Amino acid sequence: MRRLVTDTLIIAERNLIRLPRRPELLLAFTVQPIMFVLLFRYVFGGAIYTGGVPYVEYLIPGIIVQNVAFGGFVTALGLNDDMHKGLIDRFRSLPMARAAVLAGRTSADVVTNFLGICILVITGLIIGFVFHAPLLHVVAGFALLLLIGYAFSWVFALVGLVASTPESANSVGFIVIFPLTFISSAFVPVATMPEPLKTFAQVNPFTIFVDAMRALWIGTPAGNYVWGAVVWAVVILVVFAPLAVARYRRTAGS
Amino acid sequence: MSVTDEAQRPEARTSDGDAAIVVRGVVKTFGEVQALGGVDLEVRKGTVLGLLGPNGAGKTTLVRVLTTLLLPDAGTATVDGLDVVRDAGALRHRIGLAGQYAAVDENLTGLENLTMVGRLYGASRADAKRRGAELLESFDLTDAGDRVTSTYSGGMRRRLDLAAALVAKPPVVFLDEPTTGLDPRSRITLWETIEALVSGGTTVLLTTQYLDEADRLADSITVIDHGRVIASGTSDELKDRVGGERVEVVLENPADCERAVAALEPMAAEAPTAHDSLVSVPVRTRRGVIAEAVRLLTDEGIGVEDINLRRPTLDDVFLTLTGHAAEEAAEAGEGDHAS
Repeated sequence: MRRLVTDTLIIAERNLIRLPRRPELLLAFTVQPIMFVLLFRYVFGGAIYTGGVPYVEYLIPGIIVQNVAFGGFVTALGLNDDMHKGLIDRFRSLPMARAAVLAGRTSADVVTNFLGICILVITGLIIGFVFHAPLLHVVAGFALLLLIGYAFSWVFALVGLVASTPESANSVGFIVIFPLTFISSAFVPVATMPEPLKTFAQVNPFTIFVDAMRALWIGTPAGNYVWGAVVWAVVILVVFAPLAVARYRRTAGS
Repeated sequence: MSVTDEAQRPEARTSDGDAAIVVRGVVKTFGEVQALGGVDLEVRKGTVLGLLGPNGAGKTTLVRVLTTLLLPDAGTATVDGLDVVRDAGALRHRIGLAGQYAAVDENLTGLENLTMVGRLYGASRADAKRRGAELLESFDLTDAGDRVTSTYSGGMRRRLDLAAALVAKPPVVFLDEPTTGLDPRSRITLWETIEALVSGGTTVLLTTQYLDEADRLADSITVIDHGRVIASGTSDELKDRVGGERVEVVLENPADCERAVAALEPMAAEAPTAHDSLVSVPVRTRRGVIAEAVRLLTDEGIGVEDINLRRPTLDDVFLTLTGHAAEEAAEAGEGDHAS
């Protein structure tokens, strides 16, 4: 167990060291999400009616959830790259904890997700977002976002190990997961959608995540959303982490 | 000639304390494709085994089995006395692997790469860093040690990769095509590095497609094709197998071929062969054979453009053993197992 923690930290460190050396990665974490916030706020926002809540307040929790769900995407690309370059073979030939390569990656994602959340919150505050909740709820919101991001990092870890190339990992991300985030309450009220999208959106975990964040940050009725979101995130984590580790153990590399 | 021939049964584990690697009847199948069809081999401690074979022969699969990356379907293998399946965890402390790709993190510096590997072997950060600096020094990479490895040349990356395999001073090192894709100068530098390593007592299993590489580095050579061992022995033994010395004559006029073969017959150990303007004459001795060949041909008035005395190269061995076509190689394999 101590071995797992030590090795995980070593791998996490490796993945974080490279961030400042890869400006294009840093841009993906910062400029790109800010651009999306501005586009939605100023281009679409005026035309979307959200029932009394100013759109900027409606938007920020939604777009941050989308963003942390995708935070693990670098894990998919990075693992795939490591496989093709033979690094996974090297790691697997070393006397290190088996799960550490994946745990290190996903832990590093927590750090980058936290940075991403801070950048988006600051951007939101500048363009008119206001927290309508006690400090404790705001902090709980940060924690929930990190948990969601961590769970999805494991989904992407599996995607990265299964995909034959970085391009196909990319496709899985953008063809499967990206639409899921849109058919939810993240950007528009679900009630405005036609059937059967509406029904799907109502049960989509992204809707539950986003509604939980709105409850925590702008004081909308909480219902069971917060606990529902925690349960969903934990379920995703409990399902995908063992799958990814099992896949890593028997992965043949390139 | 083969040291492994009598040990066909997997349970026939040698108790020979001298062997660093013992492979018995290892089989590995991927779907329909049999990558390893019952491989037997042995590597003595402190020696270099060159595993020679064309692309797809099963070299890399065998290395992956021996480095605990793949589970064999059948057979047994021990490295440094440890079973690759049962003792995989302990074995990983005792081996180093430099794969076909220079497996270094491009976003880390040379020193950071080596330090990371050292820590993953269980060393403290300070110890790992010290060992990393020591390796950079001996691999002539000290000046580049603080540079991100994406700026390294191909040869530098390979050297760093090799250094990473040596971080824990493992007694057994696996090098999977260590010089593939390198320019000639980088290859020679890497060869010297490997030679220095072996002189320090490390056992090395080296896979290669390059015969000159096996010739220079390996104490013994195992040729594999289609997942089977088709020959093993020292470089000289393998060459002897293909045939001894030959005088090769290039004629001025290809039309003289038949007359030249007849003229050279008296001095030949076996019947001379001819191909276009090249006549090849197996001989028993090196002494005076060139002068004699020239005299025999001159007597017949046959013009000679070039003449030389040639030993078979490993290329000849390889071609003879594996043939051009897959079928030929398979037959050669069966013949060898019987020998």
